[in-house]
Amino acid sequence: MSKRNPVYDFKWCPGCGDFGVKVAIEQALAKRSVERSEPIEKTAVVAGIGCSGNLVHMQEGPQPFGLHGIHGRALPIAYGLKSNRPDMNVIVVSGDGDFLSIGAEHIGPQARRNLDITAVVMDNGIYGLTKGQASPTTELEVVTSTTRYGKLDDKMHPLEVYLGLGVGYIVSEMSSRVKQLGEAIKEAMDYPGFSIVHVQSPCTTYNDTYALLKGDEKKGIEPLAKPISEDHDPSDFMAAMAIAKGRSVPIGLLYKRAGESVPAHERLAQAKERTKPRESSVQQLLASMTI
Amino acid sequence: MSKNLVVRFAGEGGQGVVGGAELMASAAAQGGYHVLTFSTYPSQIKGGPAWGQARISSEPVLTPGDYLDVLVAQNRYAYDHNVEELREGGIVVYNSEEFEIEDAGRALGLPADKMAREAGNPLASTIILIGAVAKMAGVDLAAIEDFITKRWTRGRAGDAAIVEGNIAALRMGAVEAEKSGLMLEALEAAPTHAETRILIRGFEAACLGAMAAGLESFIGYPISPATTMLTFMEANLAGEGTFVGQASSEIESIASLVGAGFSGKRVMTSTAGPGLSLMGEGLGLAWMAEIPLVVADVQRGGPATGLPTKTEQSDLISAINPGHGDMSVPVIAPGDPEEAFFAAAKAVNWSERYQGPVILLTEASIAERAQDIVMPDPSTVSRETRVVSTGAVGNLRYDGDTISPFPVPGGPGAYVANGSAHDGQGDTTHLPEVHVKMTERRFAKLKVLNDGTFEAENSGAEIAVMPWGGSKGAGRAAWNELHAEGVNIGWYYTMYVNPLPEALLAELRTKKLVLVPELNYLGQFSGILRQQGVNARSITQYTGLPFKVTDLKSEIRDRMESK
Ligand SMILES: Cc1ncc(C[n+]2csc(CCOP(=O)(O)OP(=O)(O)O)c2C)c(N)n1
Ligand code: SF4
Ligand SMILES: [Mg+2]
Repeated sequence: MSKRNPVYDFKWCPGCGDFGVKVAIEQALAKRSVERSEPIEKTAVVAGIGCSGNLVHMQEGPQPFGLHGIHGRALPIAYGLKSNRPDMNVIVVSGDGDFLSIGAEHIGPQARRNLDITAVVMDNGIYGLTKGQASPTTELEVVTSTTRYGKLDDKMHPLEVYLGLGVGYIVSEMSSRVKQLGEAIKEAMDYPGFSIVHVQSPCTTYNDTYALLKGDEKKGIEPLAKPISEDHDPSDFMAAMAIAKGRSVPIGLLYKRAGESVPAHERLAQAKERTKPRESSVQQLLASMTI
Repeated sequence: MSKNLVVRFAGEGGQGVVGGAELMASAAAQGGYHVLTFSTYPSQIKGGPAWGQARISSEPVLTPGDYLDVLVAQNRYAYDHNVEELREGGIVVYNSEEFEIEDAGRALGLPADKMAREAGNPLASTIILIGAVAKMAGVDLAAIEDFITKRWTRGRAGDAAIVEGNIAALRMGAVEAEKSGLMLEALEAAPTHAETRILIRGFEAACLGAMAAGLESFIGYPISPATTMLTFMEANLAGEGTFVGQASSEIESIASLVGAGFSGKRVMTSTAGPGLSLMGEGLGLAWMAEIPLVVADVQRGGPATGLPTKTEQSDLISAINPGHGDMSVPVIAPGDPEEAFFAAAKAVNWSERYQGPVILLTEASIAERAQDIVMPDPSTVSRETRVVSTGAVGNLRYDGDTISPFPVPGGPGAYVANGSAHDGQGDTTHLPEVHVKMTERRFAKLKVLNDGTFEAENSGAEIAVMPWGGSKGAGRAAWNELHAEGVNIGWYYTMYVNPLPEALLAELRTKKLVLVPELNYLGQFSGILRQQGVNARSITQYTGLPFKVTDLKSEIRDRMESK
């Protein structure tokens, strides 16, 4: 909505990786909308708090519904929304601090429920909005305003965490690959279950990792980001884990659980169908207590 | 003839003392008596001191009763710690397999477990005890036999044998009582009733009230004494478009409820103090983003883990201000199970009407209490629905000075529901003039919650008593007695504790003194009343137990004299 309120709208720094993610999401939503011939209002974007979460206010073109809540709670908000309205397309936009630090406790439950939503995580290895403190994905020894001696805590490896928590569909991408990212988000949304698109989205102000990710041929610096090999079988959990544990940042579809994915709302519908639970009206329930 | 019979079954957790009191109450209710139960037990599954109490009366009852007519003691500890509450002339029935009472004046040793085992019906020891108590109190045994027959006739093969065994057990107890010669003043005959009555517990009433108002979704996390609401909803909130879920924490409960309320549904959760604290930030989000939802806080003793299974009224300030920042969450605090039904319905309706969070504030003693009430008619409960956007104003979700149409996801009027300070269309802004306008808008919305009612009696008196929540019963009983004795004191009561009805406040401000019985140390409600210009003073208690009418009455007298 940035166009409407130029006086006070939030702005990302020039070069911020989140710009690419925003465009990718717009493309994914537009494509899905056309494919399913659904109005954009059938989509809701649930945003975390951080530079990344502000994406929900920046989207251009046809507007989906949005909910910009509180730090770390985008996933549970999406749980309440999607469980009550399985007809809605729900995506979560979040940052590495929002998703992996304060909100980390919510990943496992959605994975186990197989909630049918897609989380797009913008990982810049830093707390951007609060001006440059260490996040779980900040590299070891990096000096930030809260890591005076260089970061002492080990770096978290989010892809390993997702695999370990039982997430059924995991993509690792880069914000600069807008087109591929848009397609990856669209495909993740089409997956019937919980999916995460983990995006390297550099913070040009506090942790500029573009050079590292892309490397520099002239200087002989190997790129950190490397496409996942063509012959990787995404349904092979151990292979996915091996890639997640590797030094480089893999790019592509890391994991897609083998077999049919039955999302949370389907599991519930099927269980109800199977057990045919007794349904009583308030009147009947009161009457059952008659003295 | 006596109007009341108060029986306490005391022993250890896991010995069925709470169940014993409830069974006795059910049987008496079936016989036409008014009943009310109260229990206290430790936060563990087996062991620890526990007791359940049933008050059985030929008249409507307000409290569990101050003094016991019969104490059923399962062990020495239970006897030692409860006997001082036995009234003069009361009887002790004790488990003589466990211990002996040396100076056994009005006591009957009854090895009920052994008797039940020997009769080949080991589960019937409670029924033996009930038989003994009923006989001593002159309760009609045939009515209890009738109850037993109904209760255990469930269409199963072994029904007849079970019924027969239990009736035999009942008679066994009665015979022992008769042999002992220990008798109480006989209980008056049960009244007859024109209306259909039900025996309901507070938590059931609260759940059913919310359902009567059209509740569609419930998400919660287990915590005493609020878990019963979650499990009741899991079992009973059903039908097209409904959802019940167990969250992974109260943080998840409240956040998911925000998502559910945003989705357009009528939604609710239940929790107790520790969970309410965790919900603070999420409740602030609901207030800020204007999302309808209801949180039922079933108060227990606090702070921290506190007294998980005891009763207290110490969450009032937290309920009104559960999170940081400028907010005032509407709070409805029912005083008994019957009110809990209507309070829960109103809470759902208020949340829809003003588009924001509402707290249904109950407490352990109300939630767990079983009481006979006239069956409420759910068809008289209104179902209010938030004003829904038709898309006419585009995405101006937060436009204007008060309630504005709510765009339902999937329909027209897409907007960003925003927990950051925002303008009329939901865009984040920190401009001072916009924050001023939007803050005032959120408070102005409370003005539509102006249908709160209150009770007022003898309102000419300069001094009044005004309890809140679960202290209503004891407060009213104390007032009834004082009033009957000719003491000039007014009675006020409302379950609409925030916002308080304006007309009530106006009356209270004219009083010389308003005495507020409440179960907390700080005197939370009287503090709120003083802020509103009422000269209110609390009568506090913080034992984890409800007030006794006698204590309250004498305290009120003292305060009136020393004012
Ligand atoms: C409960 C709470 N704690 C702390 C904050 C302050 N805060 C806002 S954003 C943020 C971190 C954001 O980091 P990240 O999620 O990585 O987002 P980024 O800005 O890097 O996109 C913090 C700590 C807050 N808003 N709420
Ligand atoms: S601080 Fe970093 S993450 Fe935030 S907008 Fe600027 S570049 Fe992007
Ligand atoms: Mg970050």
